[in-house]
Amino acid sequence: MSNVSEYRRAEQAVDVAEGGGITTQPLISQEMTEWGGDQELLSINLGPHHPATHGVLRLLTQLEGEVIRDIKPIIGYVHTGIEKTAEQKPYWKVIPVIERMDYLAYYFNAMAFCGAVETLLELEVPKRAQYLRVIHMELNRIMSHMVWLGTSALDVGAMSMLFYCFRERDNILDIFEMSSGQRMHTRYFQVGGVMEDIPKGFEEKVRAFCRRMPKAADDFQALLSKNEIFLHRMRNVTPLDEKTLLELGVTGPLLRAAGNPWDLRKAQPYSSYEDFDFKIPVGTKGDNWDRYAVRIAEIYESVKIIEQALDGLPEGPHIADDRKVVLPPRHELATSMEALIHHFKLVTEGFRVPPGEVYYPIEGPRGEYGCFVRSDGSSKPARVHMRDPSFVNLQALAPMVRDSYLADLIATLAMLDPILGGIDR
Amino acid sequence: MFADVFFVEPWWMQLIKSLVIFLVVFNLVPITLLAERKLLGRFQARYGPNRVGPYGAMQPLADIGKLLGKQQFAPRHAQHFLYVIAPCLSVIAAAGVIALIPFGPTVDIFGTETGLYGIDVSIGILFLFALGAVSFYGLMLGGWASTNKYSFLGAMRAAAQLISYEAAQGLALVGVVITAGSLSLVDIVEAQAGMWYFIPQFVGFIIFLIAGFAESNRPPFALPEGEAEIIGGYATEYGGGRFANYYMAEYLEVVVISFLTVTLFFGGWHLPFGIDPPHWVDPIVVIVKAIFFIFFFIWIRATLPALRYDQLMSFGWKVLLPLAMLNTLVTAVLVVTLN
Repeated sequence: MSNVSEYRRAEQAVDVAEGGGITTQPLISQEMTEWGGDQELLSINLGPHHPATHGVLRLLTQLEGEVIRDIKPIIGYVHTGIEKTAEQKPYWKVIPVIERMDYLAYYFNAMAFCGAVETLLELEVPKRAQYLRVIHMELNRIMSHMVWLGTSALDVGAMSMLFYCFRERDNILDIFEMSSGQRMHTRYFQVGGVMEDIPKGFEEKVRAFCRRMPKAADDFQALLSKNEIFLHRMRNVTPLDEKTLLELGVTGPLLRAAGNPWDLRKAQPYSSYEDFDFKIPVGTKGDNWDRYAVRIAEIYESVKIIEQALDGLPEGPHIADDRKVVLPPRHELATSMEALIHHFKLVTEGFRVPPGEVYYPIEGPRGEYGCFVRSDGSSKPARVHMRDPSFVNLQALAPMVRDSYLADLIATLAMLDPILGGIDR
Repeated sequence: MFADVFFVEPWWMQLIKSLVIFLVVFNLVPITLLAERKLLGRFQARYGPNRVGPYGAMQPLADIGKLLGKQQFAPRHAQHFLYVIAPCLSVIAAAGVIALIPFGPTVDIFGTETGLYGIDVSIGILFLFALGAVSFYGLMLGGWASTNKYSFLGAMRAAAQLISYEAAQGLALVGVVITAGSLSLVDIVEAQAGMWYFIPQFVGFIIFLIAGFAESNRPPFALPEGEAEIIGGYATEYGGGRFANYYMAEYLEVVVISFLTVTLFFGGWHLPFGIDPPHWVDPIVVIVKAIFFIFFFIWIRATLPALRYDQLMSFGWKVLLPLAMLNTLVTAVLVVTLN
């Protein structure tokens, strides 16, 4: 009997009336049922509707007083089936849905998918497109960190930070709107390059932002980094060592906070990241303070990358010149029969991708976004899977917060920066 | 240590006086509410409420009207009597303190000698702490009676926090009492004619203010509410008019603590530099000074993150309480040696 039918049989054996029965393991782990403490444990559900879980995440916690003895994250409340949806769509139509997985890192989702498809097609992306992608991805990284900083500060009680951070975020969204017409889920990255070249005035706007952002980050640091209460809430809180983090597959700022300088932009450069001079901020202890400090330092580094990319932005086409993959320029449609045919074929059927499979990892604001694409030679992907860092990083929550206070759980969850859209996909 | 009450006010004067004081101070509550929302807006680069009435001035009324119009909901398993009575306890305890606040000295109104305060009891500060102890029941019973785990955690936090900080707050005031030589609030203000007590009793002032933040459950000590982790704490299950009661109690506490700070440390109705206006100005001086501290409460809320529960407790017991004791000791030694 094959594995697949085994799975189907298990699936059909689920009795929905009995509450699903899907959880074959008990929600409370074994050692907790034989809890040896002198108090009874208070089991409490944080979520799915809880203001501090950053989405619809449910945390089943066992409390002794206010100390967490066991915690189990339960996910799936915003499952949207994007990976399955992607199998029904031509490659170019997959980009808008895949952008909606991790809704704060849409450029990264699109980049991972486009990069995977380009690798399958063996398509060369023009240098200008690569630089434009870098500019947008780094802006996106700052934007994501702004949301993280605002909501995290709100979770530890500094409510005004939320508004200051969202003000900066709005400036970035204005820039996105300028280049693509959309503020979120821009669908700016295409297979082969970017949708359009940047408009006039874009560069000045980004440069103005690059001048303002470090000052804003200085202000945020003045409010938080030197605040005694904030230091008390962050320093030495819920540290986790590098070895455990690596075993759990944690990537991104969380891993770098523990001292491992693993960053795919350096380790395995893509999209011309090797052209830029930037540093990888690392922490020492892997506590909440390091997680905070690493991300703050990343904001400055991202600004540096954006400035370098603007300085060295090469002239040339913004998208590859392969007419079998890339839409022909608009003006050719009126004059060239061939262009019209290409346009028609691309829009109706889409382009075909040679059979094969590829995994394309990139470094996002939360860690490694890796897109796995398998092609069967048709114009629709046979399988699309996203390795979302929020999902993998969430595993580290339980070892981090065990035996710490309830308020530390909220702070640590904020420092994990999970995006539930990415976790559930 | 008894207040000198040489006169008895006629009953009608006491009635008018209490009405006027309560109306004025109660009206400071919606004003504080509005000021907080407007000021928080400005602190946070936004406008704050500006739709209801001119400059959004009717916003508190609209809020209260909305809350009072809601269903009186109680969870099925709540202990109903306690659940209903708890918010009232909070308000009563906070409102009771208003009677003690002196707005001015004894003046002549309509040929009657009248003190510009509710009552001048010889045990003023003790009465204050008695009411403070009752206000903690409001929070704890409310959280307990809701039969909700979040409320329960909030109630436990409220119990621990309010009791610990009352100890520090009480000891911080002993210095003032020793310096003034009286427990009556009116006498304490009159003793500050030469120098406001926040100069000789600076440590006591700081401790009192910090403990005041904890007593009124204001950020950065808003742990019984625990907005981020225990979602409203003791008030999780409350809605409508009962929630409005809790809400009002919190802001009333802010107003009352501000008035007490003015009374105990900032010279009550006295003005600096020997300015001595007519007596009808005195209540205005007290209210203006109090509004400054109300602003301070709002300012702190906009700026600081919240402490963790265990950090709060260790701060109260390991820092504030020993400091208050030391302050008391030093004050006592100084008073004895200098007199």
